[in-house]
Amino acid sequence: MLSYLANPLRFMRFSRLAVPICFALGAIMIGWSLYNGLLVVPPDEKQGGDLMRAMFTHVPSAWLCMGLYAALAGASFVWYIWRHELADVAARAIAPIGAGYTALCFITGSIWGQKGWGAGWHNLILGDSRLMSVLVLFFLFLGYIALRAALETRQKAARAAAILAMVGIVNVPIIKVSVDMWQTTTIHQPSSVLSIGNSEPRAEDEGMNPVYLQQLLWGFGGHTLLASAMILMLMRSEVYTQQADRQLALKLEAS
Amino acid sequence: MTASPLFSAFRSSLSEAWASGAGLLLPLGFFAGTAALVPFTLGSDAELLSRVGPGILWLALALSSMVTLERVFQADLQDGALDLWLQDTGSISLVAAIKTLTHWLVSGFPLVLLTPLIGFMLGVSPDKMVPAMLSYALGGLVFFLWGGVAAALSASVARAGLLIALIALPLYVPALIFGVQVVDAGLESPSFLFLCACTLFALGVAPAAMGAALRLAAE
Repeated sequence: MLSYLANPLRFMRFSRLAVPICFALGAIMIGWSLYNGLLVVPPDEKQGGDLMRAMFTHVPSAWLCMGLYAALAGASFVWYIWRHELADVAARAIAPIGAGYTALCFITGSIWGQKGWGAGWHNLILGDSRLMSVLVLFFLFLGYIALRAALETRQKAARAAAILAMVGIVNVPIIKVSVDMWQTTTIHQPSSVLSIGNSEPRAEDEGMNPVYLQQLLWGFGGHTLLASAMILMLMRSEVYTQQADRQLALKLEAS
Repeated sequence: MTASPLFSAFRSSLSEAWASGAGLLLPLGFFAGTAALVPFTLGSDAELLSRVGPGILWLALALSSMVTLERVFQADLQDGALDLWLQDTGSISLVAAIKTLTHWLVSGFPLVLLTPLIGFMLGVSPDKMVPAMLSYALGGLVFFLWGGVAAALSASVARAGLLIALIALPLYVPALIFGVQVVDAGLESPSFLFLCACTLFALGVAPAAMGAALRLAAE
């Protein structure tokens, strides 16, 4: 699949269809999860009443910001080894979307946590380990974007940024572990969708109510599709820009 | 492979530190100055200062490692030393590692020696001083290694200071967290082993990344 799409011509043909489809499906799924999440499901008093409805944006964006950084590093790796232009175009497109989702995760998390954990606003944002590791991830994305913008040629920017993304991804697990050890008593609840890692569930957790889980899964799917559509769209515009540059150069040479 | 490019990298770093006026004193002055500002921002409550003292010193260490990073590889790029190192058969990663270690020796290690003095001024308790110095030495090495990666990546960028800070600061997080814990919990705590692991990891990974980045910068 990926090697089939590595041909830019095939990629353009595929993405012309894929962008509107992903957009439409993503919008429908996000709309459905938000409609149900905001208006239909009952509020969970233990999780902060109506504020817990931020969950339907917070949890999908948390999954996406980690996933997008991994995708960024993967695309950078592919470009660095095989020098396939499309991989670099992808990495370049992923960065701003990833930064956006990281910011979204952080903002919704601090809104939800403001009341949900019964903690004050101030000691929450800079006091919770899981939100802090999202914030560090945000700065990793920002550094990547800033480095790309600072280097003058496209080739140089691509190479430097790829090195940075690979250095970043080997550090992400260490940062995650260290931030978790920094605040061993997090007020954030343990992950309840995938509870494989939690060997001892807390007494008050009887698993997630299926009503919520269903909306969360719609949100996961919808946001993943939306992010893919935005990335594909940015990639298409980058490919077009490169083509325009090339044709301009040819015209100038001919005249 | 001959040792000469490595030795020349070592010597040039040393002489750069001495030659550029107060090069060596600059980070020291910055470190001391930052720490001296603390009582003005937090008040002169002795108990509070002794509690936040070690953390303040970590912050000052992280910031002062930034001060000179911009010039570490930029000077070599501009005077052509980098091209010569690349032409030599030796590994550029090794040269980069030597440069960073020398850089740490001249502008990171003195901060460790200055720590007891400033720690004393901030009222840090004496029994915390040895773990503090050891963890500043190890953590400072991590800072200079990841900072060196950021500096090498932006070697061809003019006025890269802020860019280097933005790239390097997230990578400082683990060493910072474990380092602060070491000062609090002492050398027997597992945090000390984690800090050592961070240092070894940076020693293993950062030179390779610096080498790749320098090869790119020289083009």
